[in-house]
Amino acid sequence: MSPLRRRKEVSRTIAAKPSAARLLEVNELNTAFKTPRGLARAVNNVSFVLDRGKTLGIVGESGSGKSVLSRSIMGLLPKQNVVRDGSVLFDGNEITHLSNSAMREFWGTEMAMVFQDPMTSLNPVLKVGRQITESLHYHLDMDKQQANETALALLKSVGIPEAERRLSEYPHQLSGGMRQRIVIAVALACGPKLLFADEPTTALDVTVQAQILNLLQQQQRERDMAMVLVTHDLGVVAGRADEIAVMYAGQIVERAPTRVLFAQMRMPYTEGLLKSIPKLEQASHTRMQIIGGRPPDLVSPPPGCKFAPRCAYAQAKCHSEEPPLVEADSPGHYFKCWFPVGTPEGKDALERNLAAKLPQALAAVGGDTNAAAKVEAEV
Amino acid sequence: MRAVIQRLVQLVVVLLLVTAFTALLLDLVPGDVTNSLAPVSTPAQRQELRHELKLDRPFLTRYADWVNGVAHGDLGCYYGTSGYTSAKTCPDKVADRVKDALPVSLTLMFYAQLLALVIAIPLGVATAYRAGSLFDKGVNTLAFGLLAIPNFVLGLVLAYYVGVKLNWVDPTGYVDFGQDPVAHFQQLALPVISLAVGQVAVYMRLLRSDMIATLQEDFVTMARAKGLSPARILWRHALRPSSLTLLTVAGLNVGALIGGAVVIENIFVIHGMGFLIADAIVRRQYVALQSYVAILALGYVAVNFLVDILYAVLDPRIRHARAVA
Amino acid sequence: MPEPLPETADVPSSRAVEAGVQTLTLETTPPIPVVVEKSATKKLGIVGWIAIIWIVTIVGSAIFASLLWIPRPDQKFLALAGDGPSLAHPFGLDSIGQDMLSRVVYGARASLLVSVASVLFGLVFGGILGLIAGYYRGRIDTLLSYTFNVFLAIPQLVLALALVAVFASDPAVTVGKRELWLVIAIGLVSIPIIGRITRAATLAWSQREFVLAARSMGAKNRRIIVRDVLPNVLPAMFSISLLGIAVVIVLEGGLSILGVGVPTSTPSWGNLIATGRNELTKIVGAAPQVIFAPSIVIFITVLSLNYLGDVVRARFDVRDSAL
Repeated sequence: MSPLRRRKEVSRTIAAKPSAARLLEVNELNTAFKTPRGLARAVNNVSFVLDRGKTLGIVGESGSGKSVLSRSIMGLLPKQNVVRDGSVLFDGNEITHLSNSAMREFWGTEMAMVFQDPMTSLNPVLKVGRQITESLHYHLDMDKQQANETALALLKSVGIPEAERRLSEYPHQLSGGMRQRIVIAVALACGPKLLFADEPTTALDVTVQAQILNLLQQQQRERDMAMVLVTHDLGVVAGRADEIAVMYAGQIVERAPTRVLFAQMRMPYTEGLLKSIPKLEQASHTRMQIIGGRPPDLVSPPPGCKFAPRCAYAQAKCHSEEPPLVEADSPGHYFKCWFPVGTPEGKDALERNLAAKLPQALAAVGGDTNAAAKVEAEV
Repeated sequence: MRAVIQRLVQLVVVLLLVTAFTALLLDLVPGDVTNSLAPVSTPAQRQELRHELKLDRPFLTRYADWVNGVAHGDLGCYYGTSGYTSAKTCPDKVADRVKDALPVSLTLMFYAQLLALVIAIPLGVATAYRAGSLFDKGVNTLAFGLLAIPNFVLGLVLAYYVGVKLNWVDPTGYVDFGQDPVAHFQQLALPVISLAVGQVAVYMRLLRSDMIATLQEDFVTMARAKGLSPARILWRHALRPSSLTLLTVAGLNVGALIGGAVVIENIFVIHGMGFLIADAIVRRQYVALQSYVAILALGYVAVNFLVDILYAVLDPRIRHARAVA
Repeated sequence: MPEPLPETADVPSSRAVEAGVQTLTLETTPPIPVVVEKSATKKLGIVGWIAIIWIVTIVGSAIFASLLWIPRPDQKFLALAGDGPSLAHPFGLDSIGQDMLSRVVYGARASLLVSVASVLFGLVFGGILGLIAGYYRGRIDTLLSYTFNVFLAIPQLVLALALVAVFASDPAVTVGKRELWLVIAIGLVSIPIIGRITRAATLAWSQREFVLAARSMGAKNRRIIVRDVLPNVLPAMFSISLLGIAVVIVLEGGLSILGVGVPTSTPSWGNLIATGRNELTKIVGAAPQVIFAPSIVIFITVLSLNYLGDVVRARFDVRDSAL
C-alpha cells in the first residue's frame, strides 16, 4: 500500500473530531514492568491535557518515570512484560489499544520524539541525509529530488551551516550540537502535531543547550506544534513551558502553569528542586542545597507519600497515607501534599522537624551535607 | 590509507613466514628426503636430485630460490613413484595440477559459503526479531544440533542415501560448468550441502546475537518512532551494524575452506586443492606440498585483507578512523 | 568441520542478557527498560544434566569396558555378520561379525584419549603463551601474535595431517606411536587457537583495576599472573577446552578417513567410520550401522560437550554483565 494512500486512510481514522478540542488527553495512565522481583510501577495514574501549540514541561530526577511516560504515551514500549492501562486520546482518538502497525500511522507523521543522546539515536552507518529523506519517502511518498530539497530546507531551518555538505556525511563526523539538530530535523520532517523532547539537551554542552532549546521553541511556534519537554532541570523549562508537571516515583506530584508554579509552589519536592539550582547571585562557597536520599524502589514502594522519606516537611501522616491530588487556589494548579509549602500547616511541620533535628529538614534548609548523607543512609 | 598498507605488510610477513616454515619441513623430515620424494630411483639419481633441490645449500639460498621460482610460475615437480624425473624434464608439474584443482576448490567453497549465508542471514534476522519466541527457540535448538554433526558424516550419509540408494545424483566426481551446467550443480550439490550445513548454524547464531544487541540501541527506537516498518528497520537499519562478527568469521572460513575441505573432497572424490594436498602428504611429495601450503597461505592472507576492506565499507566510522589515524 | 563458537575477544562481545526486564533504576541511562532474554544465564537445566550424564557414561564405559556385559571388540560372530541392530547386539554387527556396540565402547578409549590429551597439551602451552602475551603485551605480544597468525594461516586439518604423515605414517607403526603423534600434532595445531583466546581473556582482565592495584603494591608480575589473572581466565579456558575436545574428536575422524588416524588394529570412533565408509559403497550386503553407530555416538558427545561449554562460558563471561 503506497504511503500516500495510507495517509488518506489514516486521515479517515484520525478524522478531525470537531468536539475534540485538545490535542492530547492522558487519563490515569499506568505503565508497569514485570520483573523477577515483581511489578515495577514506572508510571502511576498520570493525567494531563495538552493543546496544540502549547508546551508541557515534565520535570523529575532519574528514575521518576518521565522518560517511560513519554514512550508509553507514544506507544513505543515493547509489548512483552509491559502492562499499560489508562487512556490516551490523541486528537480525540484512543490510541492505547492500537497495535504497532496501527501506531505506525501516527509515528513520525502525527507525533515524533527527540531523544536524549544524539550520538546513539542516529544510525552510525547511514548518511545523515538518508536518515531524513527516509521518512519523507516512506510517509509522504516524495520522489528523490523532492525529498532531497525538503531535507536541505529542513537542515537549513534547524540552523545547520553548509547544509548541502552535511547531507552526505555521517553522524560521527558532526559535533554533538549539530547532531541534535539533525535529530530534531528528522523528527520534524513529516510535520508532526506533537513532539516529545526527551532530555534533548542533557548530553550537550551548556553553551549549546540554549541554542537547541531556542530552536525547539522556534520550530514549535512556526509549526503550531505541541511539545512535551522532559527534563531533570527546572531551569530548562523555566522560560519555555506553558505548564509544568513535576514527577516523582512515577506520579505527577505537582502541576501548574509555569508562573504559578514558581511563584506559589506547594510540593516540598518542587521547592527542593528549585532550591538546588545554584544561583549566580549567591556568594562563592555557598553550600548547595540538596535533597538527600534516593528515589524509592518502584517494585515495593513505601506506604504513604512516596517522597516522605526525604521530605523536610514530613509528618507521621505522610508516612502512612498517600495524599490525594488536589487543586490549589489558582485554577489549573494541582498538587499532592498533606503539609504544603507556603501554608500555615506546612510552616508548622517544617518548624517541628527542624526542632527535632530531622536530617531531611536540616539538609533542605541549611545545605548540611552530613545531614543529607544521613538521609541517604536511612533511605 | 596508511593503516591499509600496514595491514598489507603484516599479511605479507605472515605469508613469508608460513612458506619459510614449510620449506623448513624438507630439513625436518626424518631420513633422507630424496628417499621419500623418489623412492624408486638409483643413488646417483638421488644425489642429482639433492643437488637440484639445493638441499646441500644453506636454507636461505634454497628459500630465496624457491620464491624466485614461484614468481616465475614454477611451483615444483612431482617426483614420481615410477622413477625419478628431473625437474628440467618434469612431466608432472605442480603448476599444471594446481591450474585444474584450484578453480574446483574455489567453486566448491564459494557455493558452500553462498548457500550458508543465504540461509543463515534471513534466519538470523528473523530469530533476532522474534527473540524468545517458540520460533526462535526451535531454530536455535535445530542450529545447535546441526553444529554437532561432523561434516564428513553428513557427507557420507548423503552420499550413501541420496547418491547410491536413491541414485538421484552421482555422488563422486566433478563436472565443469562449461561442460554440462546441470551435471555441474548436481555433482556439487551433496558436497556443498555437507559443507554448508554446519556453517549455517554458526553464522545464524552469530548474526542473531549481534542483531539482538543492535536492536536495543537508541537509533532503532528512533527509527520506530519515525514510523518505519519492522522489515525496513531490520534490513536497512539494523543489519549493517550487526554484521561485522559474521563477516569476520565468514572471511576466516573462506580462507580455511580453500584447502580445508580435504575430507569432503576425499569422500566425494573431487580433485580440488584439498585432495591434492592430502595426496601430496601421503605420497611424501614435499616439494609440491611447499607450493600448496604457499597457495593456502596466500588465500588466507588475501581473504583477511578483503575482510578488512569490507569492514571499512560496512562501517563508515572505521573508514574515517583509519583516515585520521 | 564443526567450528567451536568464535573466540569471544576477537568479536564484539554479546551483550549480557538477563531473565525478565531490568527495573527502572537510579542510573541516568538508559531510563528505558530493555526486554532481554533468558538464554544466557543458562542454568544447568535438565539438558545440562543429560549432557553430564552422557559424558560420564561414555567415559565410564570406556574405562571399565572390560567389565561390561559386552563381547570383545574383535570377537567375530561370523554367522551374524552384517546384521542390523538386535536385542543381543544393539548396534548390530559389521561385515566381519564384530559387535558394533563393543567396538564403539572400546573405540571411546582411543578417541577420548587422543582428544583429551591433545587439548591438555594445547591448554598448557597455549595457555601459558596466551597469558604471557596478554599480560606483558608489547614486543613479546607482537611476536607471539605473529606466530599464532602464521600457524592459523594453515587449516588445522592440513597441518595435523602433515605432521602425522611425516612423522608417523609408516604402515607398520604401533598404535602407541601413532596416538602419540596424533596428540602432538593436534596439540600443536590447537596451541594458537587456545593461545589467542587466553590472550584475549588475559588482556581483558589485566586492564582491570585490581591488577593495577596489585602492581602498585609492589607485587611481582608472576605472582599477579598466577594469583589474580589466571583464576579469572580459567573459566574461559575451561569452556574452550570442552568445545575443543569436541572439535578434536571430529578432527580425529577426519584424519582417519584420510588414512592417518588411529591404526585399525585398535578401534577408535574415527577409524570405525573410516572402515565403515567402504561398507557404504557395497551394493550388496551393505551394513550402514557401521557408520551410524559411531556417528550417532560422536554426535551426542559433541552436542553434550558444546552445550556444557556454552553453559560454562555464559556463567562466567563476567565482562558482559553489569559491572
